[in-house]
Amino acid sequence: MVGIVIVSHSEKLAESVVELTAMMAPSAAIAAAGGLEDGSFGTSFDRIRNAIEQVYSEDGVIVLMDMGSAVMTTEMVLEMMEGRKIAMADCPLVEGAVTATVSAVSGTDFNGILEELNGVRDMRKL
Amino acid sequence: MADSRQVISILNRIGRKMEEQKDYLTELDGPIGDSDHGINLARGFRAVEEKLPGLEDKDLGTILKTAGMALVSTVGGASGPLYGSAYMKAGMVLAGKTEIQMGDFLQAMDAAVEAVMQRGKATVEEATMLDAMVPAVKAMKEAEASGAEAGEILEAGCRAAWAGAEHTKDLIATKGRASYVGERGLGHQDPGATSFSFMLEVVKDAVAGSDTAEE
Repeated sequence: MVGIVIVSHSEKLAESVVELTAMMAPSAAIAAAGGLEDGSFGTSFDRIRNAIEQVYSEDGVIVLMDMGSAVMTTEMVLEMMEGRKIAMADCPLVEGAVTATVSAVSGTDFNGILEELNGVRDMRKL
Repeated sequence: MADSRQVISILNRIGRKMEEQKDYLTELDGPIGDSDHGINLARGFRAVEEKLPGLEDKDLGTILKTAGMALVSTVGGASGPLYGSAYMKAGMVLAGKTEIQMGDFLQAMDAAVEAVMQRGKATVEEATMLDAMVPAVKAMKEAEASGAEAGEILEAGCRAAWAGAEHTKDLIATKGRASYVGERGLGHQDPGATSFSFMLEVVKDAVAGSDTAEE
């Protein structure tokens, strides 16, 4: 199953997004990487790397980020982990997380989920 | 200009400067960012300081890459990946060298600017650290071409960096957290442009004084 990682500046936000996805996809391989080691706001290189390792398999890992340094720090983690099957998705965090986990548990593959997340980017609420 | 030992000393001095200016940088970040720039950089450079002992006999590439990685790992905000990439890319230019001359320094600065542009997908006139970095490098190259001494070159760089930082008050941010504030950020000086100017000032002061080896 494709693993999903939620990167946020906030520990609580990342964990809550993970919790929220369990409503529809409780068996998803999803990990939170929110905040800094001491729980304060920010993005932690080590937390992101550890979260990826935690849900990594041959099926790959897709990372969803909130903004700014979350994106740049994730980019750097991916550069360090070059050669592994990991991608960042460019989409809203909550909607993307729900879509990605529902698709992952139903067996959609890495590229399939990335494509769906592209669709999430253009999804309108109103 | 400086050897490995002196570069380590300069990095430690930058850390002290960040600590000293922590409140000011954080205050600048308040109205346009998330009020953490000074706190983040002080934390990052404390980690740099912890990693540097024992590297005195290593090449400058190793030293700067170690510093950059420490920043990426510990800063926590956008300045982590940005300065981290800048130091690491500068380190790549200086790999194998245990001594740096002005020409090497300017090449390393070029690499640092490119790293920030790439990582931040940014360019000048967007109210970022680049608005201090790019004019500073340009001024230093011009001073070097006119045959100036290292001290004068760095002095010209610092003047241009501070002028660039001042100029960010007239710019509307389109990158980073300040882009959410948009034109309401006018009149505010960019914290990243400011922290870079402080860093260059430390280099200038260290090269001007001959006591860098005494750290």
